[in-house]
Amino acid sequence: MSHGAAPADGRIPVTVVGGYLGAGKTTLVNHLLRNAEGRRIAVLVNDFGELPIDADLIESQAGEVIGIAGGCVCCSFGSDLMGALARIARAEPAPEHVLVEASGVGLPGSVARSIALVPLFRIDSVAVLADCETVRSRAADTYMGDTITRQLAEADLVIANKADLVSPGGLAELHAWLARSAPQARVVEAIRGAVPPAVLFDDHAPASLRGAGRGLLIGAIAPQGDAAARYESASFTVRHRVDAAALARALTSPGCGVLRAKGVVRDLDGSGSVLHVVGARTETGPHAGSEAGSNPAGIACIGLRGRLDRDAIARAIAASRDPVNTAKNT
Amino acid sequence: MTVVYRARRILTMNPARPEATHVAVRDGRILGTGTLDELKGWGAYTLEDRFADKILMPGLVEGHSHTSEGTFWRYTYVGYFDRTDPEGRVWRGASSIEAAVDRLKDAGAAMTDPATSIAGWGLDPIYYGERRCSRHDLDRASTSRAVGVLHASGHILNVNTRALELAGLLRKGVDHPGIPLGDDGLPTGELKGPEAMMPAAPHVGFDRDLLACDELGLRYFAKLCVRKGVTTAADMASQLPPDAVTMMARVTGEADFPVRIVSLRRLFNINPGELIARAIELRAASGDRLRLGIIKIVVDGSIQGFSARLKWPGYHNGAPNGLWYVTPEQLRAALAGALEHGVQVHAHTNGDEATELLLDCVEEALARHPVRDHRFTIQHGQLVNAAQFRRIKALGMCVNLFSNHHFYWGDAHYSTTVGPERAERMNACATALANGVPLAIHSDAPVTPLGPLFTAWCAVNRLTASGRVLGSAERISVADALRAITLGAAYTLKLDAEVGSIECGKRADFAVLEDDPLTVAPEHLKDVRIWGTVQQGRIFPAPPPP
Repeated sequence: MSHGAAPADGRIPVTVVGGYLGAGKTTLVNHLLRNAEGRRIAVLVNDFGELPIDADLIESQAGEVIGIAGGCVCCSFGSDLMGALARIARAEPAPEHVLVEASGVGLPGSVARSIALVPLFRIDSVAVLADCETVRSRAADTYMGDTITRQLAEADLVIANKADLVSPGGLAELHAWLARSAPQARVVEAIRGAVPPAVLFDDHAPASLRGAGRGLLIGAIAPQGDAAARYESASFTVRHRVDAAALARALTSPGCGVLRAKGVVRDLDGSGSVLHVVGARTETGPHAGSEAGSNPAGIACIGLRGRLDRDAIARAIAASRDPVNTAKNT
Repeated sequence: MTVVYRARRILTMNPARPEATHVAVRDGRILGTGTLDELKGWGAYTLEDRFADKILMPGLVEGHSHTSEGTFWRYTYVGYFDRTDPEGRVWRGASSIEAAVDRLKDAGAAMTDPATSIAGWGLDPIYYGERRCSRHDLDRASTSRAVGVLHASGHILNVNTRALELAGLLRKGVDHPGIPLGDDGLPTGELKGPEAMMPAAPHVGFDRDLLACDELGLRYFAKLCVRKGVTTAADMASQLPPDAVTMMARVTGEADFPVRIVSLRRLFNINPGELIARAIELRAASGDRLRLGIIKIVVDGSIQGFSARLKWPGYHNGAPNGLWYVTPEQLRAALAGALEHGVQVHAHTNGDEATELLLDCVEEALARHPVRDHRFTIQHGQLVNAAQFRRIKALGMCVNLFSNHHFYWGDAHYSTTVGPERAERMNACATALANGVPLAIHSDAPVTPLGPLFTAWCAVNRLTASGRVLGSAERISVADALRAITLGAAYTLKLDAEVGSIECGKRADFAVLEDDPLTVAPEHLKDVRIWGTVQQGRIFPAPPPP
C-alpha cells in the first residue's frame, strides 16, 4: 500500500537543485535517495552524460529511465523537460516528490519558473549548492562568474557543501559573502551533501497516522538521527484566523531562522489554507484534504539548532491575526 | 564509360585552370577539364551537350544547415519573404499578420479531422511594425483547433486561445519572463524561449526535437538541395541515435539520392569521453553519401534571442548577458579528447565572450596535444573580432560565418542587440580573409532559407532587409564568396580533397546554372537561376513546380 498519498492540493512538489559543476548536486541527490524513508522520489537530470545515481542504488536501467531501490526513478530529460514532467505525472503510482537537477551552467530559477507553468506541479524550493572551498573564486571567474552569482541570487536555500574542507575562519568569511550574494536565501552547511530530508521534503508519514482528526502531523518534520544535533524543530498551534500569505512571508525573514515550515491554518475567510515556506519561498493555497476549521490548526518549522527563534515565529503568527475577527476567534 | 560535358563556361575554382569549356567524367569522378581536344586522350567518350548553354560550378557546399529544413515544409509557411518549397512552389511572403492568419485559416479549412492542430512557421513580426501577434489574431484562423506559429528565429511561438487552454496556460497568475500577459491578466499567446514554448508546442504539432529530421524531412531536404545547386550539406547538430543513423544510411544510399550529407553528433546527453568514442564509431559507419564522425559543441545561445555570451559592454539595449550551454570543464575535456583521438570539432559560438572561452580552451588543449591540421571550426562566430581572428589563425582553426544574418536581423542588430559599431563588423568575412583564416559562410537552414548563392550575395553586399549596407568594409568579392560556398566550406568539413572544385580526381559534383555568377552584377548574385545539379556524375534537374 502506498503511504504518503498525493499532497493536499493534488500538486506534486518539485525541488530544483542547482549549482556549478562539482558543487555536489549529484551527491545531494544520492544522499536524499538513500534517506528517502519510503518516499517515492523521481529524479530528473538534464542528461545522462555522467551517471547521476550511485551504482549500488540502481535496480534497473532501460534507456532514459533508471529504476532505484524503494520505488524511486531517475530520468534524463534532455531538451524536453516538459515532456519528461508530463510522463512523470502520469506514472502509476505518481511520485511524491520530484527532484530536478539543473545543469552546472543552468539557471535553476528559470527552470523553476518553467516548471511552475505546468499546473500538476508545485515548486517546493530552489536549492543551490555552493562548494565552500571554491565558490568564491568561481564567482570571480571571467567566464562563469556571473552565471554562479545568478544561480545563488535565485536560491531559496543555499547548501554550503564540503564545509569540512574549510577552516572555521574561512566558513565565517563564506557566510558573510553569501549574505551579500544571496541575501534572500537561508544557508545551511553540509558535508558530502548530507542535508536532512526534513529540510527538503514535506512531512512524510504512513497514511495510518494521517487520518482525519489528527490534523497536521507536527512531529513528522523533526530531523532524525545525526541531523538532530544540528537542526531543531518547533510547532505552533494557531487557533485564530490569520492572513496565511502574510504569515508565510513573515516566516521567510532571516530573524525567524526558518528553513522549512508547513502549516494548515484558517485563513481570513475561515477556510483552511495550507502554507509552505522553504527559505525565501512561500506558497499558500486552499487545504482540500481536511476541514481545517474543525481541526487544530498549526505550523511546524525546522531550522538550524540555536537559530530557530521561537519568539520571533510566535510574534509573526500574532501579527498575522485577522484584526477584525480576532476577538470572536480567541 | 566516359562522359564529356560541354558547357558555356565551367568555373572550376582550380586556380591553375580557372575556367574551361569541357569536363570529362568517369565513374562519378572527374578525369579533367579543358577543351574537347585536351580531353580526348582519355579514350572513347560520349559527348553530353545538354549543358552547352549552362554554367557549371563545383557543386555548392552548405557548411551549416539542418536537414530539418525539409521537415518544416509539412507545416504552413507564413514568413514575410517569398520562400521556395521542396517541390519548387514559391510561397509568397505574408505582407501582414492578417495575411499570415488567412493562410493558416486556409490550411485549417483543408483539414478533415476536426481535432488536427494548425502549425505554421517562419513568422517574422519585426516586419509588421510595433504590433505583436496575439492569440486573438490566431483565433481568427480557428477557435476549435489549436493553432501555433513558430517565428523565423525559432525562439518564439505564437499560439491561439485553444492552444493556451490545452497547455493549461489560459489562466491568471502565470508568472514567467517568456510569457507576456494581456490587460485581462491572461497570456497574450506569445511564448518566448524554449521553456515557455514547451507546454504548448506539442498541442500545435511541434512535438518533436525541432532540429531532428525524419525520413520524409530528409527526402524534402534533398529536393531543396537540388534546387539550390547543393551537392554536399552539413547537418550541423543531431544526436544521431542508432535508428536515425540506419535510416539516414538507407535513404542516402539509394541510387537516386542527390546529396552528400555530413551529419555531426552534438555534445548532448553524453559525456565528453563517450562522445569521442561514439564519434570514432560513427566515422566507421560513414558511407559515400553519409559522412559521420565530426562532433558539434554548442557554447552559447543566439544574439537575437539575447542568449549569446557577449564581452563587455554586452547588449546594446542593456539586456543581461546570455547563457552558457556547456561548462568550460566539458569543453576542455571534449577538445582534448578530440585532439588525442583525431576527431574534428565544430563549435557554435555567437557572442565574442563564447568565442574567447573557446579559443582559450583550444589553446590549452593544443598545448597538451599539439595536433596539426585539426581544422576545428567556429560555427556562426558572428561577433568574432579582429584580435580573435588573429588567434584563430594562429591556432589553426577555421570559421563558418553566418552571412545571412545581415539580411534578416541586421537592422535589429544595429538598433537593438549590439548597436551600430559591432553590427557593422558582425560576420567579418573580409577580416577573416585578410588574416588568412579559412572561411565558409552559411544559412543555418531552416533558420534562414537554404541557398548558398543567396548566402554569397549576403557576404558580397551586406544589405539588410531595410536596404542598409551593414559594414561596407567587411564586404568580400564575388570570387571570394563563391570560393567560400565551395572549397571554403569543403575545407571546414575536411572534404576539400574530394569536392569543392572541378579538377582531376575529384567527385563529379556540379551546380548547373543558367546565369554566370561572375558576370551578373554583384547585387544580382542571388537571382542567378539554377537548373539543378550533377552529383557523382548523376544528373539531377530541378523539376518545375507542379
